[in-house]
Amino acid sequence: MDDIDRSLLSLLEEDCSTPLHELAVMLACSEEEIAKRRQQLEKDGIIRRYSAVINWEQVDKGAVYAIIELKVAPERDHGYDRIAARISRFTNVRNLWLRTGTHDLQLLVKGKSMQEIARFVSEQVAPMEQIRETATHIIMKTYKENGVHYVEREDGQRLPFSF
Amino acid sequence: MLNVKTDNACHSRSEQKKRDFISDRAKVIPPSGIRRFFDLAGQMEDVISLGVGEPDYSTPWHICDAAITSIEQGHTAYTSNTGLESLRQELARFLRERYQVEYEPKSEMIITTGVSEGLDIAIRAVVNPGDEVLVVDPSYVSYAPCVTMAGGTPVSVPCAEKDRFRLSADVLMQHITPQSKAMVLNFPNNPTGGVMRREDLEAIADIAIDHDLLILSDEVYAELTYEGHHVATAAIEGLWDRTITLSGFSKAFAMTGWRLGYICAPSEITAAILKIHQYVMLSSPTMSQYAALEALKNGEEAMREMVREYHLRRNLFVDGLNRIGLPCHIPEGAFYAFPSVKGTGLSDYEFAERLITEAGVAVVPGSAFGASGTGHVRCSYAVSRKELSEAIRRMDEFIRSLP
Repeated sequence: MDDIDRSLLSLLEEDCSTPLHELAVMLACSEEEIAKRRQQLEKDGIIRRYSAVINWEQVDKGAVYAIIELKVAPERDHGYDRIAARISRFTNVRNLWLRTGTHDLQLLVKGKSMQEIARFVSEQVAPMEQIRETATHIIMKTYKENGVHYVEREDGQRLPFSF
Repeated sequence: MLNVKTDNACHSRSEQKKRDFISDRAKVIPPSGIRRFFDLAGQMEDVISLGVGEPDYSTPWHICDAAITSIEQGHTAYTSNTGLESLRQELARFLRERYQVEYEPKSEMIITTGVSEGLDIAIRAVVNPGDEVLVVDPSYVSYAPCVTMAGGTPVSVPCAEKDRFRLSADVLMQHITPQSKAMVLNFPNNPTGGVMRREDLEAIADIAIDHDLLILSDEVYAELTYEGHHVATAAIEGLWDRTITLSGFSKAFAMTGWRLGYICAPSEITAAILKIHQYVMLSSPTMSQYAALEALKNGEEAMREMVREYHLRRNLFVDGLNRIGLPCHIPEGAFYAFPSVKGTGLSDYEFAERLITEAGVAVVPGSAFGASGTGHVRCSYAVSRKELSEAIRRMDEFIRSLP
């Protein structure tokens, strides 16, 4: 992992559709070299996936996102890992973290409706025997996600010419 | 009746003879060379402007926040003439750590309202009528007019493309006369992106010492140096005593609108400049000074991030220019590419004018920056990569359309 790898990762994180030629020119390397480095980063599992950042709020008008906090009784020998692995299998679970603070696990869940979220919490998560408490918070509006602003901002204007 | 009388009075007043109120000095300074393009750009839609001499970033938010907090706390009065002491101290640390130059915050520094003010008052403090001031050419447009307004005579010293737009000692020698008193350096250079390496500055140093010249060194693009590290003029042996360092926060920290710069010079020169500063400016904007303090304390990471991005864009853009047949040296600093358009058969003015009207890309003709810029255009790559790629595509199409 050198400076060129790091720069390559930043460039791909920002826009993974950047043509190979442009990546090579910007990083002052040959295209072959960049392709080789990229393959290695994929193989090492550093690059997990190439995806688009989509504002689903604009598409699925009824979709609901919720943050669900869980108090969990850790298991001997496994701690939180087994219950976390089990919860993460649900496809509507978009993110899952073990965190500090009042609760142990925190999930970001996507549902088609409030009812669907409610059903998921009450019928699928809460009944698990290690779960001691749940707290569900509905997302009302997304302002920024993965470093991308979702709310239109007024950008500063520059003069078209200046010395 | 009263109305009629008033009308008459106005009428007769407007017919009074007027002498010419404009001073001779104001008359001799040339008007801006790009006014015409400004008007053209205003009339057109979907123009990609590479004519901009400032970062496309907004000021990093923590810097803005520091200024807002300073206003909330009521820091809205004048500061000392030289600027906030805490800012000067932080600046002294910054200059020592970044460029190995020592300046005493109490007596060798003035916080100015942009480098623009600094340049003006520094020149006025050192130039007598009849003095010749050597000015690198091409360069930022203010130097020669400031010399003229101070009663001095600007003398252009060309920096040639074959020298990678550096100032060569031989060329400098050819322009020195008994009247030469000072020279204005501007590296990294606007508009060429040329950079003086240590050995280049050392060659100049010998001449400056032999001919007892003062150097005004505008280093506002210092942090935007892509190959190696910026070498400050005052860091060269023997030059500290005869150098006025001018710089500011605009380019490195994306703070052009805050209007904040600084002058560093030996104390006797600083004292003379300070007299002018306190009469014409009193002090620089207080909230901007608090912003600059935050920039120096905690702004380095954001700055590096921007510089990294400019570096990538430079590689992308200069490669594009060379590919479409506009030969361009590698600019080692600033955020300008300065390709030659001689191969198109058009003058730099014709090229710039036709490019904006026919292809919707705005660039600045090189001769606006001095005679040595003739045949080149200045393209700022302080625009997004997407726009740079699109600009290259449009320029390519335009060049192909030429006979």
